[in-house]
Amino acid sequence: MKFSESWLRTMVNPTLSSGELAHLLTMAGLEVEEIAGVAPAFDKVVVAQVLSKEKHPDADRLNLLSVDVGQAQPLAIVCGAQNVSVGMKAPCALVGAKLPGMEIKQAKVRGIASYGMLCSSKELGLSEESSGLLELASDANVGQNIRAHLDLDDHLLTLKLTPNRCDCLSVHGIAREVAALTGSVLQALPHTSFEQNSPHSRKVKVTASTACPRYTGRVISKVNAKATTPAWMVQRLERCGLRSISALVDVTNYVLLELGQPLHAFDLNKLNGNIEVRFAHVGESLKLLNEQTVELKTDMLVIADSKNPLALAGVMGGADSAVDDATTDIFLESAFFSPNVIVGKSRQLGFGSDSSYRFERGVDFAATQTALDRATQLILDICGGEAGAVTEVISALPSRPPVKLRTARVHRVLGVALTADEIALILSRLGMTVQRQGEDFSVTPPSYRFDIVIEEDLIEEVARVHGYENIQPAPPQASMNILPQIEALRPLSKIRQALVIRDYHETINYSFVEAEWERDLCGNATPITLKNPIASQMSVMRSGLLGGLLAALRTNLARKQPRVRLFEVGGCFTAHAENYVQHERLGGLAYGSALPEQWGSAARNVDFYDVKSDVEALFSPRRLKFQAEPHPASHPGRSAKIVLEGHAIGWIGELHPQWLQQYDLPQAVVWFEVELVALLAASVPVVSDVSKFPPVRRDLAVVVDESVSVQSLVVAMTGNKAPFVVEVGLFDVYRGKGVENGKKSLAFRVLLQDTQKTLTDIDIDQSIAQLIEVLQRHGAQIRA
Amino acid sequence: MQELQTILDQALTNFAVISDATELENAKARYLGKEGSLTALLKGLGKLSAEERPAAGARINQAKQQIEAALQARRDALQNQALQLKLAAEALDVTLPGRGFGVGGLHPVTRTLERIEALFHSIGFEVATGPEIENDFYNFTALNIPADHPARAMHDTFYIDEQHVLRTHTSPIQIRYMEAHLAKYSQQESLPDIRIIAPGRVYRVDSDATHSPMFHQVEGLWIGEKVSFADLKGVVADFLKRFFETEDMQVRFRPSFFPFTEPSAEMDLSWGDGWLEIGGCGMVHPNVLKHVNIDTEKYQGFAFGLGVERLAMLRYGVNDLRLFFENDLQFLKQFS
Repeated sequence: MKFSESWLRTMVNPTLSSGELAHLLTMAGLEVEEIAGVAPAFDKVVVAQVLSKEKHPDADRLNLLSVDVGQAQPLAIVCGAQNVSVGMKAPCALVGAKLPGMEIKQAKVRGIASYGMLCSSKELGLSEESSGLLELASDANVGQNIRAHLDLDDHLLTLKLTPNRCDCLSVHGIAREVAALTGSVLQALPHTSFEQNSPHSRKVKVTASTACPRYTGRVISKVNAKATTPAWMVQRLERCGLRSISALVDVTNYVLLELGQPLHAFDLNKLNGNIEVRFAHVGESLKLLNEQTVELKTDMLVIADSKNPLALAGVMGGADSAVDDATTDIFLESAFFSPNVIVGKSRQLGFGSDSSYRFERGVDFAATQTALDRATQLILDICGGEAGAVTEVISALPSRPPVKLRTARVHRVLGVALTADEIALILSRLGMTVQRQGEDFSVTPPSYRFDIVIEEDLIEEVARVHGYENIQPAPPQASMNILPQIEALRPLSKIRQALVIRDYHETINYSFVEAEWERDLCGNATPITLKNPIASQMSVMRSGLLGGLLAALRTNLARKQPRVRLFEVGGCFTAHAENYVQHERLGGLAYGSALPEQWGSAARNVDFYDVKSDVEALFSPRRLKFQAEPHPASHPGRSAKIVLEGHAIGWIGELHPQWLQQYDLPQAVVWFEVELVALLAASVPVVSDVSKFPPVRRDLAVVVDESVSVQSLVVAMTGNKAPFVVEVGLFDVYRGKGVENGKKSLAFRVLLQDTQKTLTDIDIDQSIAQLIEVLQRHGAQIRA
Repeated sequence: MQELQTILDQALTNFAVISDATELENAKARYLGKEGSLTALLKGLGKLSAEERPAAGARINQAKQQIEAALQARRDALQNQALQLKLAAEALDVTLPGRGFGVGGLHPVTRTLERIEALFHSIGFEVATGPEIENDFYNFTALNIPADHPARAMHDTFYIDEQHVLRTHTSPIQIRYMEAHLAKYSQQESLPDIRIIAPGRVYRVDSDATHSPMFHQVEGLWIGEKVSFADLKGVVADFLKRFFETEDMQVRFRPSFFPFTEPSAEMDLSWGDGWLEIGGCGMVHPNVLKHVNIDTEKYQGFAFGLGVERLAMLRYGVNDLRLFFENDLQFLKQFS
């Protein structure tokens, strides 16, 4: 809602500066988003009249003018504007005037002295473009300061109104609020006095009475639709952001801005028979004023004549019944449509109007006829004509049941001790009817407030007018309880920190991604799709983190980062039947050299085992298993499912060369993704005896087929429960000379220990023999 | 005994010029070895009379001890010299960079959230979470935003289907938490206070220099028997002072409208010459409490929602929201 401060001040004029007024409104919940002067600073510009005009002897396009600026002598001015004519009135910048970006000096133009400049609106900074001089009204006072003449010291205030404050969608409504907030006098609305001397009227039938509890209208006949809208009205409309269209339309718009009541003028001679307010019938359509033809739905309220819908009630009039220059008789409508009938229609239609914006929030149903009369008066004043009697159909208007308010409750909710007297004063200033019973109240809100239904609504009003800034902050008081700390749940911050220590940077990527990423990297052909994505590359919900990480990698490669290690913690989404499931995951990738380039370590690119070690460290002390299994994102021979205690909890792999090529990545990418829930779970340690006897180490070297996995041998050995074996670890892998092709040589370290005694050679040999047997069962040959 | 003094002088002079360990041991043999000159003198004691022998023996022994001491001193000196040489040879250029990994860093939004969580944790707020694909009930209806209410236009919503949206705020977590809290304590006479903060990603159909279609909020909720608007102001003001580590942090509460709070306020922070919006807050609307069956005559409380990126921008001087989601290492590394 944008409005002119000087218009507001005709209704209420507190002794506040423009800035103070804006602050007052903002701090009362009517946020002033912007406050702007209607004109830039300039001075010494007056209303002037051209007395005579002759051609400049040396320049075809210039004229020599004699200009009356209200001084004793007219001024000689050289002027290049094409629209200049004798008798016209225009702004004249006198010598010494400072206009935006220029200063007016006495000058010679092609040899002839000029003592000022006639101005266009652009030169005064009133518009971006202009063609020729700004022509002023013929009754303008010559010599008057142009700022006073055009009210250029006015300010425009733009309010960002919250949906509950529909009562402030008019200048009068804002004035009413300012009066309540400041205690200033609210001027009465302009008096109307006209005779209802037209014999014409239209019958109105309201079929949908719940949707339209009040409908008023009257015929105004013999109007001059071609009358000129007065300059003051055009100016107010323009300052509030509306263009002047025609006198009849301008008046309805003016009253909309002034009083907040949407009005509509039908061309009476385009109506067939009587008026009916009803819901649209199946199959009806209507061409609206914006030239759009709408297929009407049966939940859309229309104003119809006996044949066709004429207007979409509360939203927009129809093109076929609109007033135009040839109009002589009109039917002027002022109605109250229920908010719930209008609400949602602009979303359905894809457009809204000033009218629907107000009706869906709530229009003052007690002021319907006031607005009708006000508009009638203005039309009669401007366009002439004869007003007919009012036709009115009323049914059940919204009720305003009294709301209970307890002073004690105000204290409890706000934490501030206002007296009952203070509360009563605030509420009555807001136009509420206040009945007091001791410390409590029964409060009836005015018809224009649709947002006062429960006690808290009144408490907010009290707080608002009292001033939020006058409520003293209190330090919180509560009973102290120690919060739980679940030791079997590792804090996510520690997991993040573990990756940071291992040289990964955390990223945050969008949860919506390209459909191709889902298909290529997650093997997900049917991702969860947004109905209204902001862009096609953000159109589906991710089911994995890799796509976003790769995009972040590419961003950094484009910015010449040679080595990139990233991770993200976030939700991944899948659909199951009717439900959407969100899995919190941690994913990461590493690209470039294994270590930052340095003098002391040979350069080497990061590989599967580097990242595997990072993943293992994250889960330590719990032991992961890795099963070779293909994943759509990964190189088929370098991909593993990560298993923890029998559950698949993630993936690790080297990005498939196909995707490297597609995503333009010159080197290998190793990535992983694990379920956060698995990562966070921890166990509370239960300590076992510490042995006082030293461990014994024996090494076992075996040769196996390439196809035998090391993990299977380790699992077999540790699972065998050979006595005293406390650790089995691989310390060497060898292929080449001395080992047959297609085989590999593995060297294991076996630690044996007992808590009760020093092991004898016999004990040790027995255990090792048992392990050897296990290895042999798995096809291993023991090396000497 | 002139000879004894000569031997002693010779030995001491001799040792002092030797700079090699083996040579030193050879020199030792010349005096103390089997054929050594001092050994010879000792052997000669037998030729002396019984009266002379003790005194002469004592003198020789004294000389022997002096020689041995000198020898040991020289050994130590030589060893020390050798050690010094070795250490000098082993000296490193300690200014060479350390070997191995670098260190990564947290995203500034995480860093900010962890800070917010820690501050609220210090006054007993626990962290709660909820799903990002929300159903219409939790995102809107339970928060007193009925279908087609104009307030829905305040939320430019991403829709998944008729019933599901990407949550437009973290407020649905309030509802989920209150439901669980009530279920947990349904047998108790009075409800323990609810004190939570709920951080997370939220989504709005909006994208320009100052809006991201995905951003982070942190929701706060405190329900109890006496929690008032004055407490809300106290907690938020206290938090902001601690977050920005300054005592003269000005925060302004401005009346506003949210369907799920009443009274409602917008929180503005004094910044430079003006005010910056950092979030919304208010007393939880009785309709919201009624949705989860909390007795509104007995319990009341406040809720607030803060924009995390906005706080991070102010705290760290980030001037472009888009930097948070570009993940440029040049930006991220500044938070290491």
